[in-house]
Amino acid sequence: MTEESENRADALFHALADRTRRDILRRVLAGEHSVSALAAKYDMSFAAVQKHVAVLEKAGLLTKRRSGREQLASGDVEAVRSVASMLTELEQVWRGRIARIDVLIASDSHQEDPPCP
Amino acid sequence: MPVTDVQQDLDNLTLTITADFAAPVERIWRVYADPRQLEKVWGPPTYPATVVDHDLTPGGRVTYYMTGPEGDKHAGYWLVTTVDEPRGFSFDDGFADLDFNPRPELPVSKNVFTFTEHDGGTRATYVSRYASAEALKQVLDMGVVEGATSSINQIDDLVAS
Repeated sequence: MTEESENRADALFHALADRTRRDILRRVLAGEHSVSALAAKYDMSFAAVQKHVAVLEKAGLLTKRRSGREQLASGDVEAVRSVASMLTELEQVWRGRIARIDVLIASDSHQEDPPCP
Repeated sequence: MPVTDVQQDLDNLTLTITADFAAPVERIWRVYADPRQLEKVWGPPTYPATVVDHDLTPGGRVTYYMTGPEGDKHAGYWLVTTVDEPRGFSFDDGFADLDFNPRPELPVSKNVFTFTEHDGGTRATYVSRYASAEALKQVLDMGVVEGATSSINQIDDLVAS
C-alpha cells in the first residue's frame, strides 16, 4: 500500500469515529440532502455541519454537487459497505472455528456412548 | 447453531462473537490447552493448522502453521498475555516466518477469549481487535479467509482512487 492509500484509510476511520458524522452519513445514504437541510437537523452552526460534511467527503464516503445556490450531498453506499464487509469476512473465520469446536465436543459424547450393536 | 451474538464495531475494528457450547467450561478450555485439539479447530478444512510450540502461560508462545491446497505453508504465533484457567486467556496473534520468527511488518490482532458457565454449558466470548482498517485488510489478504469470496476489492477501490 502506498502512503497515499494509507492516508485515505486513516481519513475513512477518522470520518466514522464521530457520532454526528455517522448520523449525517445515515441520512445521505438514504437520499440526497442539501447541506442546509442537514444543518437544520442539528443543534450546531451551519459552518460546523459543513465541516462534518467536508470530513465525510474527504474520506470518500459522501459526494457533493451544486444545484443553484444549494450544495447537495449524497452517500457512497459501496464505500460504507466495504468497512463492514471486512469485519463480516473476519466473522466467517470465527464462525468456522466455533462450528469446528462444536463438532469436536459433540464427538466426545459419541465416544462415551456404548457401541451400537 | 452455537453462535448467539455478533457485534461489529466499525469504529474500533473489533469483532465480538458470543457462542454457547453444550459442554462445561473445563471442556472448552481443553480445546485450547491441548495442541492436538487446538489444531483441529483453528484452521479451515482447506488450510489445516499444525500447532508446533504450545505454552499457554502468560508470556508464553503458541506457534502454528497452516498448510494450503498447494502445500503452501503460512506460519503464525500467539504471544499469550494473560491466563485465567479455565475461564479464559488473552493473546496477540501475528504472522511469522517458517522458523516462527514474528514478522513485525504484518499486523497483529489483540484477542480476548472468555468462558463462563451458562445454562449448564459454556458461554464463550471471542473479542478480536485490529489496529487499523489497513491491518484488517492485510490479514484478510493473507488468506485468513474461510471459504468466503473476498470483498476486499471494494476497499481496494476505495483507497486506490
